[in-house]
Amino acid sequence: MGKFKKNKKRPDAAISTASLPDIVFMLLFFFMVATVLRTEEEMVKVVRPEASELYKIEKKHLIRYVNIGQPQDARRGTEPVIQLNDQFASPDRVREWVENERSTIIEAEQSKMWVSLKVDKETKMGIVTDVKQELRQASALKVLYSASQRDRTGS
Amino acid sequence: MARRPLQEINAGSMADIAFLLLIFWLVTTTIDSDEGIKRQLPPPVPPDVDAPPVRERNVFVVLVNSNDDLLVEGEELKIGKLKDKAKEFLIANGDGLLYGDKPEDPNLPIREWVRRSEVQLQVASYESYVQNATDPDQKAAYERALADWRDKLEYFTLLKGEYKKLPGSAIISMRNDKNTSYDAYIQVQNELEAAVNELRDELSIAKFGVAFKILEDEFERSPSEDLRLKIFAVREVYPQRISEAEPLDASSVYN
Repeated sequence: MGKFKKNKKRPDAAISTASLPDIVFMLLFFFMVATVLRTEEEMVKVVRPEASELYKIEKKHLIRYVNIGQPQDARRGTEPVIQLNDQFASPDRVREWVENERSTIIEAEQSKMWVSLKVDKETKMGIVTDVKQELRQASALKVLYSASQRDRTGS
Repeated sequence: MARRPLQEINAGSMADIAFLLLIFWLVTTTIDSDEGIKRQLPPPVPPDVDAPPVRERNVFVVLVNSNDDLLVEGEELKIGKLKDKAKEFLIANGDGLLYGDKPEDPNLPIREWVRRSEVQLQVASYESYVQNATDPDQKAAYERALADWRDKLEYFTLLKGEYKKLPGSAIISMRNDKNTSYDAYIQVQNELEAAVNELRDELSIAKFGVAFKILEDEFERSPSEDLRLKIFAVREVYPQRISEAEPLDASSVYN
């Protein structure tokens, strides 16, 4: 009988949490590897408008981005500017940029190139229209007006 | 000197640190999403070509001024009413299916009946063209046209009846001022798109039991002839004709 008494006095063994950091680190690394980082820095402030009729492009390698909005850097003023890749540009550079970007896509898929316009919702249409006209001239006719999801009105 | 036994370092806080890092990463990374309203811009027009004349009843005009106010078909309209107004235009005098036959309205386009017998006639005549064609290029062109007409014949079966077709010149045209805000522009584009999509959904649900978007998604995943015809049939009745018009300054309309 004495033997059993001895056993009862032993305190409960704590669950070892030593592997917890390993698990969390693994999660961290997973997220770090899985998230695709933006290839270019956004140099303009863009708050996208909301819309309900959205289309999602599956083939991301066919998309090229044009950002339009106020410069992040306040020293550049508050007028909306166009950002192509990682530099500011005037509308008349758009055509040249399209040609360059098109040549980075394999020939069979060049006609499937999308231009995604990421435009701040406060921007006036003047500058956007200029860019659209240039895109037409460059025969980059497939455009996507980038927007975030909301519900359809009245439903 | 007696050596102290090696003390174990407490690793309990390690988990906290790792969690902090993880949360920091989750908060700071923004995932790039590529969603938006898709549009096909019209090809560039040579400057010396005039736009073809259009009949006023066939064009649904939306003007947006610098204060983001709408003028739709000559009337002021709130953005919330735009979708219904556009649907009215697209339905016109009835599509022959869900909306049946409606009296003609002088401000709306006229949908014309597409008759099975006429389509059959076209199929028959193109069949003979293909047979008699000698030039291979010509023959290929006839074959393409024949395939189109044969598709049209399938639409009747899928839609379970004859339908009325919107005239080819019927378009929705939007013009904006250069001081219109981009948000207003997108909202108008969105409402117009929603009008087409809702009509397509109605038809698709009534005839095939699923929303149009689901048909399209399904087709993208696993293309099949049946799905293609269903999609084309709905598109045939409700074409998406939102024109990215030439940038004419809308302000001139008000002055």
